[in-house]
Amino acid sequence: MAILSNRLTEEQYKENFSDIHPPFETMDAAAVEANRCLFCYDAPCMKSCPTSIDVPKFIKQISTQNIKGSAHTIFSSNIMGAGCSKVCPVEKLCEGACVYNLMDEDPIPIAKLQRYSTEMAMEKKWQLFTRKAGAGKKVAVVGAGPAGLSCAHVLSREGIDVTIYEKEKMGGGLMTYGIAAYKVTPQFCKDEVDYILSIGGISIKYGQELGKDVTLETLQKDYDAVYLSIGVGLARQLEIPGENLNGVVDAIRFIYDIRNNGFSKVPVGDKVAVIGMGMTAIDAATQAKRLGAKEVTMLYRRTQEEMPCTEVELDIAKLDGCKIIWLAAPKEVLGENGMVAGLVAEKMKLGDPDASGRRSPVSTGETFTLDVDMVIKAAGQTPFTQLVDGMSVKNKNGKIQVDGQATNLKGIFAGGDCVNGGKEVVDAVQAGKDGAKAIIDFIV
Amino acid sequence: MADISSDFLGIKSPNPFWLASAPPTDKKINVLRAFEAGWGGVVWKTLGSQVKNVSSRYSAVNYGGHKVMGFNNIELISDRPLHINLKEIEECIKLFPDRAMVVSLMADNNKKSWHELIKQVEDTGAHGFELNFGCPHGMTERGMGAAVGQDPEIAKMVVEWVMEKATIPVITKLTPNVHSVVPTGKAVVEAGTNALSLINTIQSVTGVDLNTLVPNPYVAGKSVFGGYCGPAVKPIALKFLTTIAQDETTKKVPISGIGGVSTWKDAVEFMLLGASNVQVCTAAMKHGFRIVEDMCEGLSNWMDEKGYKTLNDFIGKSVSNIVHWEELDINYHHIAKINQDKCIHCGLCYIACEDTSHQSINLEYGKPYNTYTIKEEECVGCNLCQLVCPVTDCITMEEHRVAPEYLNWIEFQKRGLPLNDH
Repeated sequence: MAILSNRLTEEQYKENFSDIHPPFETMDAAAVEANRCLFCYDAPCMKSCPTSIDVPKFIKQISTQNIKGSAHTIFSSNIMGAGCSKVCPVEKLCEGACVYNLMDEDPIPIAKLQRYSTEMAMEKKWQLFTRKAGAGKKVAVVGAGPAGLSCAHVLSREGIDVTIYEKEKMGGGLMTYGIAAYKVTPQFCKDEVDYILSIGGISIKYGQELGKDVTLETLQKDYDAVYLSIGVGLARQLEIPGENLNGVVDAIRFIYDIRNNGFSKVPVGDKVAVIGMGMTAIDAATQAKRLGAKEVTMLYRRTQEEMPCTEVELDIAKLDGCKIIWLAAPKEVLGENGMVAGLVAEKMKLGDPDASGRRSPVSTGETFTLDVDMVIKAAGQTPFTQLVDGMSVKNKNGKIQVDGQATNLKGIFAGGDCVNGGKEVVDAVQAGKDGAKAIIDFIV
Repeated sequence: MADISSDFLGIKSPNPFWLASAPPTDKKINVLRAFEAGWGGVVWKTLGSQVKNVSSRYSAVNYGGHKVMGFNNIELISDRPLHINLKEIEECIKLFPDRAMVVSLMADNNKKSWHELIKQVEDTGAHGFELNFGCPHGMTERGMGAAVGQDPEIAKMVVEWVMEKATIPVITKLTPNVHSVVPTGKAVVEAGTNALSLINTIQSVTGVDLNTLVPNPYVAGKSVFGGYCGPAVKPIALKFLTTIAQDETTKKVPISGIGGVSTWKDAVEFMLLGASNVQVCTAAMKHGFRIVEDMCEGLSNWMDEKGYKTLNDFIGKSVSNIVHWEELDINYHHIAKINQDKCIHCGLCYIACEDTSHQSINLEYGKPYNTYTIKEEECVGCNLCQLVCPVTDCITMEEHRVAPEYLNWIEFQKRGLPLNDH
């Protein structure tokens, strides 16, 4: 057993990481589904979208072959509508609410239709928005993830000049660095950021980390307002013995490396355990398998009933051949010569409901050992507590506290994962829109 | 099992489904394929003076993702040599003696031409004629087709010429490009036609190409009004049919119903409104001749369910159910009811009623599903909500009579009853 990179051929990588939800090939294909849409009034799909995209309208516009109008409808509500069409858990959002579900019929493939219009807009470089005349105001945004980009775009539309400070080399945040490559490619993420920036009035300064390369005080002084959209940090520590052994990796880091270094450069074990059952856990497990791991086992301390990922995501993992062990919590990582040599897990049972309303896992005392050489931690992410504390921004365990969108510091606003602790991309886009509105009210 | 065989003026066919005079019936190869597929008869594409066709010839109206909801053509009568047509007609009759072979005619506008053509066609053994007084394009400019059908006097004259010579049944086909088909219908019945058929195609422009700005169908940068047909014209055809089935003079002759017949249900509707048989074209042009299988089976099953043994048991049964507005019962009232168990919360009933009807649906907001209920006191019973609802029997119209007795508008006025009660 060993942790190795370069396990597969180029062709195998290409096949394993190809688009999991292929787009409509033709206008005719899109029209078949667009014409199925009932064009509901006060539509449940629209009400189930965190950014309130007018879904019936944009689908109607596909059926009338007004694709430009369709893309405008989507981007007006969600400037990352193209990316969201690929990464949103639509089965619990728009598509999950489609009235066809109530007829036991397949819902309208809203995401696929959304992808059709938005990708055409990106491909044809349609500039669907014009900036208002210069407002003579400037705003700093920290973090070029979904919340930051969304905020910046709304501000730019209002004629406000925006500078984004981004610690990485590319924009897009978790869209670029934290999502399975078979959902969005690095090239797509880059194109999406470029498309958002094409409105003008937004500049991104890359390699600029808050608290290191730039300070909040400077930003506060130099700009009319600051929007903090710094996201969340690394995976939550398991706090178990053996956690520092070689071969225990953070899911976010693992996914980041896949996105950043290329498939063949990312080492993966023969037998991999993934801790957690959220979207990130699924993305880590499936990609470990697709990188060539022989066996991938996912451990979750509760049951399927309580899992944070959707059924659709779980099915991807199952179809990829990942094994699932419910009611199992990691207890100790076993080592040999400093390397992972196994994982001891404890069998759990469900107890009383906890603060989240879900039944909490209770230890049974019974343990078992998994023969693994790699452990990927994906049991939630932790906020940048140290950074936030250092800036005297009011926070709760590192999660920035806001009143509306405003922090306790004058002119400093915040939103997205750094406030809510980590939600979907589409939630971050909405947070960015809300932040921009609050900033406009503040400075104009 | 029901007997679906048809006898139209003594012309027998195993079912009441004929192919209308059109491209599908213009040569032997098509007609034999049609007979093999099971069609009861054909009306051979119109024979007459020599013509030249153009390219393109057809265009269509698509709707909501469905292709060819309406169809139009600018093709003229048969452009094949007459002697070949006559030879092939004879061969088809010999190969399928149990099928109806009616030949459509449009001779030059003089008695001699008509008489010559009639003689030549009768020699083939054809069972009947259909006079094309309906073609709305190309031939009208030469004083033929619809130009005849639009003028009762001319139509009458031509039919008289035909009846002098013809020894087999004559059907006169009427054009819908008139305010009413009845004047021409009456004129030709009085002139002795044995039957009527309707409708021919309706003059139309199906659309304009938004790139070239040339309307459809395209012929070297120009277009022309074409004859419209297909499912879209069925309601218009049924209306014209009913007027012929109700008129004292025209109802005396059998009617062959034409205009958007695509399914057995359409056919039954035409027959209920007075047609003895139906003619089909567009549906076959869209799907091929195989559609006749379901037309026969569907008709037979429906007749069995209703207890009708022969076609005559139900032909014309709905004619008397179309009356003058003044005869409608004002005391009849019904109110929409939404079955909450079936409702899928699409809100289509609500927005239709709220924006364009009588604001009779109550909306209770929910996330994500709203609840819609009828405001019974506001509902005028217009049917709009039921028509737009995507779920069968989710919205039903429940009878709530204003008063038990029948009351029509004439009586209503006589009694001086109050208006504007809504």
